[in-house]
Amino acid sequence: MGANDKGVIGERVLRKEDARFLTGTGQYTDDVTLPHQAYATFLRSPHAHATIRGIDTASAAKAPGVLAVYTAADLKGVNGLPCGWLITGTDGKPMNEPPHPVLASGKVRYVGDPVAVVVAESITQAKDAAEMIEVDYDVLPAVVNPVDALKAGAPQIHAEAPGNKCYTWALGDKAAVDAAFAKAAHVTKIDIVNNRLIPNAIEPRAANAAYNAADDAYTLYVTSQNPHVERLLMTAFVLGLPEHKVRVIAPDVGGGFGSKIYLYPEETALVWAAKHVRRPIKWVAERSESFLADAHGRDHVTHAELALDKDGKFLALKVQTTAAMGAYLSTFASCIPTILYATLLAGQYTTPAIWCEVTAAFTNTAPVDAYRGAGRPEATYVVERIVHQAAVEMKIAQDDIRRRNFVRTFPYQTPVALLYDIGDYDACLDEAMRIADVKGFAARRDASAKQGKLRGLGYASYIEACGLAPSNIAGALGARAGLFEAGEVRVNPTGSVSVFTGSHSHGQGHETTFAQVVAARLGIPVENVDVVHGDTGRIPFGMGTYGSRSLSVGGTAIVKALDKVVAKGKKIAAHLLEAAESDIEFADGKFTVAGTDRSKAFGEVALAAYVPHNYPLDKLEPGLDETAFYDPTNFTFPAGTHICEVEIDPETGVVKVDRFSACDDFGNIINPMIVEGQVHGGVAQGIGQALLENCVYDRATGQLLTGSLMDYALPRADDLPSFEVATKVTPCTHNPLGAKGCGEAGAIGAPAALMNAVLDAMAARGIQHFDMPATPHRVWSALNAQRS
Amino acid sequence: MSATLSLTVNGKAVSATIDPRTLLVDFLRQNLGLTGVHVGCDTAQCGACTVHLDGRAVKSCNVLAMQAAGAKVLTIEGLATDGELHPMQAAFRECHGLQCGFCTPGMVMSALDLCARHPHADEATIRAELEGNLCRCTGYHNIVKAVKQGAAAMGQEARHGGE
Repeated sequence: MGANDKGVIGERVLRKEDARFLTGTGQYTDDVTLPHQAYATFLRSPHAHATIRGIDTASAAKAPGVLAVYTAADLKGVNGLPCGWLITGTDGKPMNEPPHPVLASGKVRYVGDPVAVVVAESITQAKDAAEMIEVDYDVLPAVVNPVDALKAGAPQIHAEAPGNKCYTWALGDKAAVDAAFAKAAHVTKIDIVNNRLIPNAIEPRAANAAYNAADDAYTLYVTSQNPHVERLLMTAFVLGLPEHKVRVIAPDVGGGFGSKIYLYPEETALVWAAKHVRRPIKWVAERSESFLADAHGRDHVTHAELALDKDGKFLALKVQTTAAMGAYLSTFASCIPTILYATLLAGQYTTPAIWCEVTAAFTNTAPVDAYRGAGRPEATYVVERIVHQAAVEMKIAQDDIRRRNFVRTFPYQTPVALLYDIGDYDACLDEAMRIADVKGFAARRDASAKQGKLRGLGYASYIEACGLAPSNIAGALGARAGLFEAGEVRVNPTGSVSVFTGSHSHGQGHETTFAQVVAARLGIPVENVDVVHGDTGRIPFGMGTYGSRSLSVGGTAIVKALDKVVAKGKKIAAHLLEAAESDIEFADGKFTVAGTDRSKAFGEVALAAYVPHNYPLDKLEPGLDETAFYDPTNFTFPAGTHICEVEIDPETGVVKVDRFSACDDFGNIINPMIVEGQVHGGVAQGIGQALLENCVYDRATGQLLTGSLMDYALPRADDLPSFEVATKVTPCTHNPLGAKGCGEAGAIGAPAALMNAVLDAMAARGIQHFDMPATPHRVWSALNAQRS
Repeated sequence: MSATLSLTVNGKAVSATIDPRTLLVDFLRQNLGLTGVHVGCDTAQCGACTVHLDGRAVKSCNVLAMQAAGAKVLTIEGLATDGELHPMQAAFRECHGLQCGFCTPGMVMSALDLCARHPHADEATIRAELEGNLCRCTGYHNIVKAVKQGAAAMGQEARHGGE
């Protein structure tokens, strides 16, 4: 590949980061061991709900190797963990926002709630000592299901949230929806559960906090997707520390999927304790702790109704959802089932009237927050399941009912607040049907039937809103943070470039994709660009990585910084070439006087900026180092169609995913290899939700029943097929890269596509309703309940 | 209580005095600094800690270090020679068979074991054999591709070596 040209955009450039990951030289948080390292373990609640009558730490404190034992009583002056989004309810009141203490105070509210932290010379000693802590619990009745939690007489989890309600919130025009339903030719109704998931990045959460008395400053290594946000929340809201005295480093991070966005109690306690113990303290979650205490995802119960005219045109959609928040409000919990959910209910369709009401409930479970897709998979699941069902009821082909309702004129204002800038939904549907060989499906279904198997085909035409923005509008909707991103392009004197980004890569390959963006613009080899991320001591303040925003927002910030570099470079070149600045053109790594062959290479201009001997010092500062902050003017709207084909063995209930085909429109693509990888991974997580994964708490005791990888089924290689993926491109209209984002699409489209396929297969047996996950036992039971 | 352990790790003789309860993974990570061996779970399910013990892939979280006494252990750090990636490592890179990199060392070590037993494995065999290694990023699609390509490259190298 010739890197020294614009062709680097759209190339399958192999990843720069792979060399270290493939040789075992990556540096993840647990790989960082500091001088005089101490280790911590957290004593966690064994009960889902209990009053703490007393905690006796005396014998633990005296155990061998123990340096300190802390409980809530010790954390004087430490505030609770904040929630980053204030939702205002339909009653006009702010949501109920009970305190979220770093260590449980007075009460425990879920199995895994941290009660005490033990710091010792070794992790074994810390664990031994933790077992010696005596907590006197008065066990209370628990409630783990969000619908149960809202019932009269349910156990009360927080005094600040009567009836366990966080908020009831609504979006849309209810009167218009009711009017549309009154004149509908057909109404389809569904009741669905969006099953609760546990993210399970393969690297467990970890932290290592150190205090340096010499400058009264802290360093925290932590598995974070957004180190600056972590630092801001921890210092300004919880610990009351000066922000500049805490350096947060998120080194190599082994997957996030949302679960590493949030400020958690563990790293907060570690930073506080590091100063008291005067030793660096490391904590690494065991997988069992990840199950108990990472923020979970989804957990919705929904009733939806779709009104259609006689031709299958959608007239109105009505959705009522109960969403679990868990025991405490995690960092972005409140905006997931509202702002990132109800706004997506138009899908790819022209449905003129939509109304959605969401009630969020506290439950005696781990907190619930964003997990890959975050609200958008739940919305897609509602829309695409009800569209599937409507097509079945009205005997319209699945592709046809979608085509009859696609948005085709852009920009398109939905009735649920979003303005779609661009898309081509027919193109993705056509291509998905082609690569899925839909034409051959009937023959394959017959072949399966001959073997006593049920074969089904399912569609999901999803839309997502990525690159959450703009900040001022989000602020009006309750966001307590900005939503911009920052990028710094530091041209070094020899012409190589160091890029400092607020985005964080934990598998996405930013070190390569961003380098391609910079290399293409500056006309330098990809190898000459280094991308630095994940260290508040090195990068400008940025919001990190979530919501498929890194390229469209973080990448655009870098482009804006590149604009400034080129603009300044032109001034320098004009001086060197003794020409007017307006006559200087920059292309292919050269500043040229227009219409001549007189030029200066990018490297020569860089050198002149740092060795300014022949330089307009009276008019221009030396150096070539520019920073830009970019706040998007709108969301981006990736969209596409996913088609899943399953074969069910009715004797065993095993659902085999035979084919999975996805055609997505992510706008312009910088590195197709990386984009395809993102789709593969997202689809696997979506298939995981629909086929295998299910977080189950015991309804009576609140114990987590799926608390290990032996109980909670992550997809394994032999659960999945190879995928067929394709893309269509309508460039985003409002960022210079034309990029939309690709990280979550797979997880958004796949669950509905798979479940629609399962329902299509089971329709032969008269089954019209089935909830995720389609495990063999559940499928077999449904088929056999029908039979008997 | 402590015990003395001698073994060969990545071609080098190693001796240490350790607590006999020490797991092989902790010995490799903490005593030898081989932090490419990762810990992803506590139930021997994820496979991120996979290393070779006398040529066989094992989950090092499920083996006491003392069980490796006198044995030859190979970790991800011992695969590349003179800075050149092993063909399987190269195949993972070329096929984009890794994203966050956390499962990767274990995945590569399992892939090598798989290829030794099934030099011409088809997709179904590769998928079945990788059942003990979890990846949350790639959906396995490109891992399967990488293992196929890596196996082919190793086969070619072996043929060249035999000439």
